[in-house]
Amino acid sequence: MSGFLVKRILQMLLALFGVSIVVFALMHLVPGDPVRVALGTRFDQDLYDALRERAGLDQPLIQQYLSWLGGVLTGDLGVSFRNGQPVTTLILERLPATITLALAALFIALVVALPAGIISAVRSGSGLDYTVSAASQVGISMPDFWAGVMYILIFSLTLGWLPSSGYSPLSEGVVEWARHLILPALTIGLISGSIITRFVRSAVLEALNQDYVLTARAKGLSEWQIVRRHVLPNAWIPIVTVVGLQLGFLLGGVVVTEVIFAWPGLGRLALTAVKDRDFTVLQGAVLYIAFMFLAINLIVDIIYARLDPRVRVS
Amino acid sequence: MSDQAPATDDRLAAKPVSRTRETIQTLMANRLAVAGLVVLTILVFVGIFGEAIAPYGINDIDIPKRLTGPSSDHWFGTDELGRDVFSRVIVAARVSLQVGFIAVGFALVVGVPIGLISGYYRGGVDSFLMRMMDVLFSFPAILLAIAILAVLGPGVGNAMIAIGLVYTPIFARITRGSVLVVSEEVYIRAARSLGAGDRRIIFRHILPNVMAPIIVQTTLSLAFAILSEAALSFLGLGVQPPNPAWGRMLAEGRNFFEQAPWMGIFPGLAILFTVMSFNFVGDGLRDALDPKQKSVIESRGQSA
Repeated sequence: MSGFLVKRILQMLLALFGVSIVVFALMHLVPGDPVRVALGTRFDQDLYDALRERAGLDQPLIQQYLSWLGGVLTGDLGVSFRNGQPVTTLILERLPATITLALAALFIALVVALPAGIISAVRSGSGLDYTVSAASQVGISMPDFWAGVMYILIFSLTLGWLPSSGYSPLSEGVVEWARHLILPALTIGLISGSIITRFVRSAVLEALNQDYVLTARAKGLSEWQIVRRHVLPNAWIPIVTVVGLQLGFLLGGVVVTEVIFAWPGLGRLALTAVKDRDFTVLQGAVLYIAFMFLAINLIVDIIYARLDPRVRVS
Repeated sequence: MSDQAPATDDRLAAKPVSRTRETIQTLMANRLAVAGLVVLTILVFVGIFGEAIAPYGINDIDIPKRLTGPSSDHWFGTDELGRDVFSRVIVAARVSLQVGFIAVGFALVVGVPIGLISGYYRGGVDSFLMRMMDVLFSFPAILLAIAILAVLGPGVGNAMIAIGLVYTPIFARITRGSVLVVSEEVYIRAARSLGAGDRRIIFRHILPNVMAPIIVQTTLSLAFAILSEAALSFLGLGVQPPNPAWGRMLAEGRNFFEQAPWMGIFPGLAILFTVMSFNFVGDGLRDALDPKQKSVIESRGQSA
């Protein structure tokens, strides 16, 4: 197992290296001078020279990459072309909101998806199965921005129960924190849960159809015992994979939900950076999100290997 | 999956029925799938002939009639410039379908072979391909799309490239995961011991047995691709004004949501129904194509 672990961590570092090249190339593919573009109408020669020197834009490309990479490794992602603030600070400020939203959404998703998917597969073909399938179809097909706007219309504007936007840190009270969190977490949590439900159902159904289930049934085990002892251990692999994928998306891909609820997360930071053409911030945010994503993939792989020794041995 | 089943295939030996015909028959017996097919057929028709069907021009401005609710003149009401929401929803169908099909087609054609090779040969090839997929996969869909659009500039074509690239590693991974499991099955070892070559094993024995998750993923991805385009347009990075797109109409409608909810409700419903139709058809196809799952239903029917 430790050999497997070392191999996977090396692979992750390799992927991060690839990511860093893609992210670095991104800024240099932008036509024109990124500093001039970022400054726009607020152009000032001294500021311009300082930013260019700070970003090392006069050096050869390889050197720029290496010094940028060196900075990244020591936690220095450069400064914003827009306001001169360190990118690392900007990202760390946004991190709590992003992680809070992602975990809350995943919690909602799992609470809905695991029971719904398992029951739906075990009672396959029943009215309950059709109800779960129909509900998950609507959830999967729902645009997150539409759901978010509808929730605001119902729960904020009409009923006045919950705030329509903003983020309240946990340090300023649990109630306000939760009140602000509910609508954005529901918006993406239910959609994510619908996706996971489908995979749980497929995985359990697949496992239910194996010969060892027939054997177990022949032995006279109850349906619930079969599910618990024979089906679930074999269904976990695809389930863990899809849950990992979902968490990755929740941590980096909820730009739209963040925009609708004015949620101060990483996704909105990236989008603002695009609109401001502030490429150091975009670079840093994308790199950071990619890093979190890879770390989650690593964890998924480790769980994967623990659940299925065949994968580990090969 | 050919029409001509060899006599040795015990699954079909008992009753030699064309697999394609069987699939179509099963699909047609599924009411939801048929409903999805009907909606999609209408959508494709609307996508092709949008301007000809629409009762008004998409940019016919009629200020005195601005923000009026649904009526016999304007089925879906009018927007802040008095433009007909129904006509704009209809014409916007085309761009959604285009983005969906092109982006997912790209992902499928590139991703599935990568997954097959990776899962079957394992070792160095697997590591190399999967690390490349990891790099691509390290960027959440919307974020990569936003980053690419930041470089190339906003637009539909660039959105297709971004969405296609983002879904490629998903197909590769899901295919590979299933191949890893299927490769351990006894019938693969049996085929190999009978002297079957790699190509035969991959295409005749592995691919048919990993199709179900790929089909599920294709339908989900078509849905997601359309949703992604809508999201990008919602953020102002996809389809550009004055052309209508469901996502952008929703974003514009948001500013008038309390006065004129129909501006946001109808484009949202259009997205919802389109995506749902793809899912219904995909589910029907899965039931029809996946013999394992069918046998579950059959065996349950017999035991009941």
